[in-house]
Amino acid sequence: MSVDHATVRKIASLARIAVTDDQVEAMVPELNNILGWIEQLGEVDTSAVQPMTAVIPNALRLRDDVVTDGDVRDAVLKNAPQAEQGFFTVPKVIE
Amino acid sequence: MSSYRIQGTTGEWEVVIGLEVHAQVTSNSKLFSGAAASFGAEPNTQVSLVDAAMPGMLPVPNAECIRQAVRTGLAIDAQINRWSRFDRKNYFYADLPQGYQISQLYHPIVGEGHLDIDADEKAGILEDKRIGVERIHVEQDAGKLMHDQHPTRSYVDLNRSGVALMEIVSRPDMTSPAEAGAYLRKLRAILRYVGSCDGNMEEGSMRADVNVSVRRAGEELGTRTETKNVNSVRFVMQAIEHEANRQVDVLEAGGKIVQETRLFNPDTGTTRSMRSKEDAHDYRYFPDPDLLPLELTEAFVEDCRASLPELPDAKRARYIETLGISAYNAAVLTAEVETARWFEALLDQGAEAKQAANWVMSELFGALNRLGKSIEHSPVSPAQAAELLTLVTDGTLSGSLAKQVFEKMLETGDSAGTIVERDGLKQTSDTGAIEAVIADVLAKNPGQLEQYRSGKEALFGFFVGQTMKAMAGKANPAVVNELLKKALG
Repeated sequence: MSVDHATVRKIASLARIAVTDDQVEAMVPELNNILGWIEQLGEVDTSAVQPMTAVIPNALRLRDDVVTDGDVRDAVLKNAPQAEQGFFTVPKVIE
Repeated sequence: MSSYRIQGTTGEWEVVIGLEVHAQVTSNSKLFSGAAASFGAEPNTQVSLVDAAMPGMLPVPNAECIRQAVRTGLAIDAQINRWSRFDRKNYFYADLPQGYQISQLYHPIVGEGHLDIDADEKAGILEDKRIGVERIHVEQDAGKLMHDQHPTRSYVDLNRSGVALMEIVSRPDMTSPAEAGAYLRKLRAILRYVGSCDGNMEEGSMRADVNVSVRRAGEELGTRTETKNVNSVRFVMQAIEHEANRQVDVLEAGGKIVQETRLFNPDTGTTRSMRSKEDAHDYRYFPDPDLLPLELTEAFVEDCRASLPELPDAKRARYIETLGISAYNAAVLTAEVETARWFEALLDQGAEAKQAANWVMSELFGALNRLGKSIEHSPVSPAQAAELLTLVTDGTLSGSLAKQVFEKMLETGDSAGTIVERDGLKQTSDTGAIEAVIADVLAKNPGQLEQYRSGKEALFGFFVGQTMKAMAGKANPAVVNELLKKALG
């Protein structure tokens, strides 16, 4: 598996990361190196091995259904570039 | 198979429908944070730093949301997956601060199940039909955008952000708007019986994505479109109707259906294409590294099963078979959990089932309709109603007197017994008094009396009416009948 210039641009755009042409140029071989290495791992037969979901045997912990948080509007809005009347505001997005 | 077909200019078309219903899980707090999940609070007051996606915040699942999803799965006879997992669905939008939604793509908590819709000839559903449910998974809701507050900015309220949703995905088993409507109503009823979702479509607790395609009879499935976020049963039916007809028009004009997302406009009943960018649906799902797999114990699942109430279909069957209530009445009384609850409270107070069913269906529903009230807010309680019905059973009140007493109960809130005593509305079986009135009625209507005696027996009803009227409706009708027969010889 390998990526080309168009794929790198698409991945960048999906991740909302701006990349220059020079950067794309550098990134194509870099990413292909990584993909090549991953492919090498594929040579090991893992058909009898369960996918590892955690490094220590541990179960997902659940919490009780009680309200213990929220009501911190000022903190939530504190870093917003723009907020009005308790709302975040963003450039108009309408379909 | 429903009889529904679209009549095109070149022939008949079948419609194939699948629904993805988003149902908000009834819980106090959110799926992955301890912020409140209730509706209608001031903007951004029910938002924790987890919901606002502040760096370093970690999600911890709410046990109740998991329990409710499992109970819902059990209620539709679905497979419960003892091992499921959360995945990230990546996209950027202003209502999604994380940049991804935590959902379950690969390993949903609930697998294959089904629910049954009932035949409804008037709606073109010719026989009972089983609709498959492919899966139910649990996921986070997004925030809410408001576009009408400012000329150039959209306002973002994250109160809904992180609230737990169940996405209930049907098989494409429906073939008419009516079937889709029946499926939604049945699903809503089950959710409300189970208590896992309040089913309130106006407040957005339940919304549907509607998948529609058309094909000529017997042909392969056509390309489908998905109309997003339709929020009432009626709108879902309208959206299907419009979308199916639009597709037929496109195909018959030689065009092709594009697989796309569309929006429904409730004001016009039409759908239109959402002109999103092509890559908007490149979600790049991957397992959420913040969350371990969700493993359910047998005991947990069995507790969920044991906590299920009697469900609508079972209840209706019991009403018909054990209580002897008519099929129609049983269907209406069990359609809404509140109605069934009220009715059963009435039975618990000692009312006889068939009489109680008839009374609820005619008198109570009539009154609630007039007052514009739902049954939970009935001005008359089940205990008060049971007292009224007892007064009918023991002969104190006739049917028509009971109506009068019920009206006064609605007006005053007094008990039936109090009203009967105070207003002297008791029915009388006093034969002496009734005989005297009958004698008087016969004396006043010699013409009718002669006609009756010369064979016009239909006039019997006239005499009953006159006698009841003279006694202000308080005479026991059975006694009046008996005495009149005697008097008329």
